[in-house]
Amino acid sequence: MTVEPGGATTAAPASQPSQPTQLTQQAADPSSELIQLLTPEGERIDHPDYPVDLTAADIRDLYRDLVLVRRIDTEAIALQRQGELGIWASLLGQEAAQIGSGRALSPQDMVFPTYREHGVAWCRGIDPVKLLELYRGVSHGGWAPEEHKFHLYTIVIGAQTLHATGYAMGIQRDGAVGLDDEGREGGGGGGEAVIVYFGDGATSQGDVNESFVWASVFNAPVVFFCQNNQWAISEPLEKQSRIPLYQRARGFGFPGLRVDGNDVLACYAVTKKALAAAREGQGPTLIEAFTYRMGAHTTTDDPTRYRLAAELEMWKLKDPIERVRVYLARTGQADPDFFAAIDEEAKKVGAGVREACRTMPDPPPLAIFDNVYTQPNAILQAERDQYAAYLDTFEAGEGAPR
Amino acid sequence: MTTLTLSKALNEGLRKALEDDPKVLIMGEDVGKLGGVFRVTDGLQKDFGEARLIDTPLAESGIIGTAIGLALRGYRPVCEIQFDGFVFPAVDQIVSQLAKMRYRSLGKLSLPVVIRIPCGGGIGAVEHHSESPEAVFAHTAGLRVVACADAADAFTMIRQAIRSDDPVIFFEPKRRYWDKGEVDTAADLASALPMDRARVVLEGTDVTLLTYGPLVRTSLEAALAAREDGPGNGRSIEVVDLRSLSPLDTETIFASVRRTGRCVVAHEAPVYAGLGAEIAARVTEACFYHLEAPVLRVGGFATPYPPSRLEEHYLPDLDRILDAVDRTFGY
Repeated sequence: MTVEPGGATTAAPASQPSQPTQLTQQAADPSSELIQLLTPEGERIDHPDYPVDLTAADIRDLYRDLVLVRRIDTEAIALQRQGELGIWASLLGQEAAQIGSGRALSPQDMVFPTYREHGVAWCRGIDPVKLLELYRGVSHGGWAPEEHKFHLYTIVIGAQTLHATGYAMGIQRDGAVGLDDEGREGGGGGGEAVIVYFGDGATSQGDVNESFVWASVFNAPVVFFCQNNQWAISEPLEKQSRIPLYQRARGFGFPGLRVDGNDVLACYAVTKKALAAAREGQGPTLIEAFTYRMGAHTTTDDPTRYRLAAELEMWKLKDPIERVRVYLARTGQADPDFFAAIDEEAKKVGAGVREACRTMPDPPPLAIFDNVYTQPNAILQAERDQYAAYLDTFEAGEGAPR
Repeated sequence: MTTLTLSKALNEGLRKALEDDPKVLIMGEDVGKLGGVFRVTDGLQKDFGEARLIDTPLAESGIIGTAIGLALRGYRPVCEIQFDGFVFPAVDQIVSQLAKMRYRSLGKLSLPVVIRIPCGGGIGAVEHHSESPEAVFAHTAGLRVVACADAADAFTMIRQAIRSDDPVIFFEPKRRYWDKGEVDTAADLASALPMDRARVVLEGTDVTLLTYGPLVRTSLEAALAAREDGPGNGRSIEVVDLRSLSPLDTETIFASVRRTGRCVVAHEAPVYAGLGAEIAARVTEACFYHLEAPVLRVGGFATPYPPSRLEEHYLPDLDRILDAVDRTFGY
């Protein structure tokens, strides 16, 4: 039975299961082979395959990253509400998946993000204001991808997984796989690898499945990092898959694993290991980071239309930041002054982002015509000249937008 | 000068490009061991290896998407789409990713990717093997779109396309693959006609016939037939091979039309919203006072490509082109 928006009930077609099957329940069941190193209560647990080499200072740094990117995100939502941004895609709830995987990267590794990887962007040294440029409509992404080894945000769902796989095939052709730390052939972790981010909804896309085929048959050095945040706008995971997403990898011929996406230590450890395997020439890995989109899909979305508040309350108990705070405090690895200092820094970062956004200038009108081609194009040049002449027919400050 | 088929001329051009630049890769379905279904890449994998002649999985979006990644890494991939009608699974990667990357990166990234597409009908094929989708790509800013028509241009233009730092959609007239022509394989690329210039392939004084790809040969045959004496004949048709569909070489087009005062555009693609419409609008705007008649278009109908037993009705042939020429003299 299905309930229509008006409240009337209609019989579901016999061919469509109206109740979640055992398989769909399994797909959404986090207990299935979940790799976890820090429980929601802040208890540190060991995993034989994933030793963590982080010092207390490293974990404090991770905590700082988590807090600051959440603050940037909060600020961006507020800026959208005040009309300073056209839209914003919040990462709320996914900070650990992004910071954990982002800090596992080596400088030479290349990242292909979706449009929500603000935490990974932070790890790659992208000025958050550059992200706001995109959502304000000032640019389509103004950072230098090669300089940061962080590609432009990709809006079309899943398209970047193929770019990442092709880039990884280029690494192979450059002989940059299976090198030691000094760049010599013969194994070790000194080669290059690629990580590509996508979501649970993207796993239904042809491009994602094609990238799995390509990466597998060419044994490309790429890590597929799927943030399963349970929702593709309004569609729950069961609309995308009847099996746990990490198990998809097996059918393509490479390993897949599921990690607690709200556990920054586990995300760090599994990503580090998968990247090392890729650099050594062992091919791709699919990581399913089991997490939750605590906010709306974007600022235009209204999650109250399709999911229960109780679900959010349940996930708040698994908050990715709180467990690190509890762990650091209880084990004496951070004192109240440390937390106060981070909170103070977050305020400053937020204020800086806010000020930079509000004072960000619009590009000049004729910038529309720039960077379409590397070579001069007579058709385009004529349009540019005509529009420039048209703009010149107005007095300054009146008529067409200047 | 060497006599080569158009297919072999492409093969030689690709070979030269592979020799000249180690970053050039060729990728697609069956391009390696088989040498492509039209043998355009014949023998190249044997000489350049599997790392550079990549037999890909059978997925067109995957071919273009991974080519984008390879180009971001510094390679210059030349992708083969096996048939025109199979490009559509890759259109998202071409239109939304490949074409826009330079623009959205504010010029920080460019993608030197060539997409070779055998196009057009006339070979008695089953559906999806005879289409002319060039307008889709000409309509997409960020792409360059070209069509070769003979062996000499095939040899030169494929190398120019590979050297372009902008993505190029490269149309090959599949029913002309086995046409032979004289090719100077030792000629310097620097002295060749640039890829974005049209060429007057037959001079004339009465009417300009603009065309490209497979219809260049048909148009030349029509022009020669029109010169013979007979009813409605004795006309001097100037045939222009456009070569570049985006950008259009309007300078060469306008100069010819201003000389002749009449203009016919012929292509295999449907007339409706096709390249001919764009050309007619631009010619009308720029050559209004030189025109003796409206610009006429001759091409495919506003239908899907028909079953091949009907394709001779769908494709503009010598008679339909001359019929359009005759009509421009009715004004």
